[in-house]
Order: sequence, then structure tokens, then C-alpha cells
Amino acid sequence: MNFVDDSVELREVQKLEGHTDRVWGLAWNPATGSAGIPAVLASCSGDKTVRIWQQNPSNGPFQCTAVLEETHTRTVRSCAWSPSGKLLATASFDATTAIWEHSGGDFECVSTLEGHENEVKSVSWNASGSLLATCGRDKSVWIWEVLPGNEFECVSVLQGHAQDVKMVQWHPTVDVLFSCSYDNTVKVWAEDGDSDDWHCVQTLGESNNGHSSTVWALSFNATGDKMVTSSDDLTIKIWGADIIRMQSGGIFAPLPAIMIEQFFQYIGQVFTSEYDREGVIASGAADDAVRLFVESEESKIDGPTYNLLTRKEKAHDMDINSVQWNSA
Amino acid sequence: MTLGLINANPVVHAKKERIARTDDLHCDDNVDPLDIYDILFAIVVAFDLEVGWIHFVRDIRDPEHPYSLEQLSVLSEESITVDEKLGRILITFTPTIQHCSMATVIGLCLRVKLKDCFPPHFKVDIKVAPGSHADEESVNKQLNDKERVAAALENPNLRQLVDECLYSNEL
Repeated sequence: MNFVDDSVELREVQKLEGHTDRVWGLAWNPATGSAGIPAVLASCSGDKTVRIWQQNPSNGPFQCTAVLEETHTRTVRSCAWSPSGKLLATASFDATTAIWEHSGGDFECVSTLEGHENEVKSVSWNASGSLLATCGRDKSVWIWEVLPGNEFECVSVLQGHAQDVKMVQWHPTVDVLFSCSYDNTVKVWAEDGDSDDWHCVQTLGESNNGHSSTVWALSFNATGDKMVTSSDDLTIKIWGADIIRMQSGGIFAPLPAIMIEQFFQYIGQVFTSEYDREGVIASGAADDAVRLFVESEESKIDGPTYNLLTRKEKAHDMDINSVQWNSA
Repeated sequence: MTLGLINANPVVHAKKERIARTDDLHCDDNVDPLDIYDILFAIVVAFDLEVGWIHFVRDIRDPEHPYSLEQLSVLSEESITVDEKLGRILITFTPTIQHCSMATVIGLCLRVKLKDCFPPHFKVDIKVAPGSHADEESVNKQLNDKERVAAALENPNLRQLVDECLYSNEL
């Protein structure tokens, strides 16, 4: 694999300090960062808090504008803004998911979702903000409906993974849910049109070119026709999703996702990968490096290929837990 | 948490003669702990790094028996390999019997002790010696999943057990 462009480089613009334990997750508020609204970032940590950072002024450095504390009693593992940017969901090892609303500069916990038997690892909002998904070490995936007045109702508890579920992620355009797990698989969940019953429509495991160890994360490109998965097996894999089949409704076609390519560059477990708006993939791993991959411009008969655009070694002093592009 | 003793008759070996060390952080009140740490760290790097590691890890107790892991042959000098180029350390330990359910606890104790004594950027892999445990793959996977390790150490019962192994100091 070659470097496509030697002049592309990742440059650190700011280091945000404040958390007193490792930072596990990040999320950009989607309603900020453009049209004069300063970008807002949430970070969550082993110190049991969530910090809110805001660019102040719009082009200036980020400052911490709020600390959400005294709510979670254990590590906060993941955070996610609702599509409107009005609500922030935080998933914790204390087995709860908290929902925060902000008015002015303050954040208030307006709801607490309980039900998981132990650590909640991830939370994700669907594209319209009408549904929320959570997953955890109890091997289950929960789907919650968002009701008026900050009420949340569990509509489904999905069993199927054989182990700890590390992450859930809604497809960006279709209400199909993806989950990845310590059981080395990615599962796809969809609602049966008539019966409102959610079930697993596909499992991406070793037998269909899947990962050979824990899958830590998955992420979609903007149009949702590609997905990248990151794994303990030291690879990331790119999958092609057949959206037409996914959208056709009724009985789902059995194979919406097929593996396109995988990368073996890593010397540490890959914890996170994410597509940006233009299809550049950023990934972070246990070798402390951040890598950027881009689809090759040469088209090939059997499908797209990817090149390493740049690698930032020692981006941090320790493992990279999460990468998130600001899509504004 | 109370567990019935699983291995009631462990084989106990004589303790090896140990080289005296000047690194007991708890007993010297006059010198700045950071100075001690710097001196200690430099010595370890200057001489044989693997021997340096042994002084920290072999005094951890097996959670069920009041003998050190060295006395029970859970750990030996051969247990530790360092890849200085990659900055990775591999610790291989042998649980006292094949079905030792305390294998994950021993592994957790090793992780906590190493984290206390060495800079956080050292990558540590902990595995059971091949063939020494019935659920080798499952134990190894848990011990090397940092999210699982972090969550386990937030469990107060487990944390207490680990702390008792590491910090009770009669032998």
C-alpha cells in the first residue's frame, strides 16, 4: 500500500485537558459548527463525567463550558447527540443511559433509561431522532422510542449476540440497526413491516469474510452504501451495503452487506473508525496512531480499492479510543 | 466475595533469594517519590529490564493462598518478555490448576500492579501459559480486552479482592 499524497498531514490544533481518567468517546453536536454557530463537542470519560467543549469565538480555541457530573456512578463509555442537537444521550458502566437537555449553558438530566443488567457500552440515535438504541455486556440490544416530554419507551430487547455488544449504530438513511460484538460478529436488525417486531436479518461473521476477533466499532459513509468495521484482529474492513434491497421493505433480502477490502497495517487493536463527508476514513488504534484512508481514484473491475493517505504516529501517548469527524 | 477454596493443596516452592532493592516507595519519607521513581526507572533500563520487572510482579499473592505467585510457580523469570522496540511487554502466567477460576483475578492483579509501577504508555499483554488452562482462549481474551478490564476493576467486590492480594504485606 502506498501513501497517495506525501503532502497530506494531520496537525494537532489543540489538546483539550480536563478529564481525570481516560476519554472513551466523543460526539460533535450536529446542529453546531456552521452558519456562525460555534462547534460544540461532548467527551465522556472513565472519570464518570461528560464534558462539553465549545469553540469560543467561532474560530478560536475550544473551552470547556460544562461538566455533566454526579449522575453516572461509573465510567461513561459513550455519548451521542440527537439529530436536532437538543439532547445528549450518555451510556455508562453503571447500567444506565442518561438523557440530557440543555437550556442556555446548563445541562439537565431529564431522563434515565434503565433495563440493561450491567455495563451499557454504546448509544445511537436514528436519523430522524425518533428511536434510540443501546447495547451492553449483557449481550442485548435495546431499542427505545422517543416520546413527547422527554419520555422513552423500550420497544424491543434484541437477543442474538453470544457475547458483550460493543457498539450500536443506526444506518444513516434507513431505520436499520447495526451492532458489533465481542462475539466477533456484526449483526443487522430490522423491523418487520407489519408486526413492529425487530429481528436479526443478517450476521456478518468469519464465514462471510468477517472479523476473527472482537469487533469494536462500525461506521457508515454519508450515503450509507459503505460501512467500515474496526477489530481486535488488527484489521479494518470495508463493507458494501445494498441500500435498494434494504429499502425494499417487507421481507428483507438476506445479504445487505458484503466485504470489499481489509487492511492489515495495524500493530495494535483497532478501536475506532469513521467516515467523513467525502468518504475519507479515519481510524485509531492501540498503536497510538491515527490513520486516514481514501478510496483510490483508479477504478477497478472488481470494485474499489483504498489507499493510506497519511498516518500520524503517536497522535496520543496511549491508545486511540475514538475518532470523530466534524461534519459541518 | 467468598469462594470455596478450589485448589486446597497447592504445591509450594521455596522463595528465591532476592536482590535487595532501594525502591520501597512506602518506607522512605525524606526523598520525593518522583525522584525515587526516576532513579528506579533509570536503573531498570540500564540493566536487564526483565529482571527489573520480576521484582514487582512476583510478590503478588495468589488470591486463595497466602503465598506469593513465585512460590506457587504461577510466575517465574521466564514469564516476562519485553519488546523494547514495540514498547510491549508480555507476561505469561501459569494458574495453579487447569480449571483455576481465579485465573482472571490473577491476571487482573498483574495488570493493576504493573499499572501502579510503570508508565501508562507501556502496552502489556497478559496470557496464561499455553496448555495451562482449560479455557485458555477465553481467559486470554478477557484479560486483554481493556474495556472489560476497566469495567471489572470498577466492580467493588472484585476491586477489593485485587487490592487485598496486592497490598496485604505479611508473607
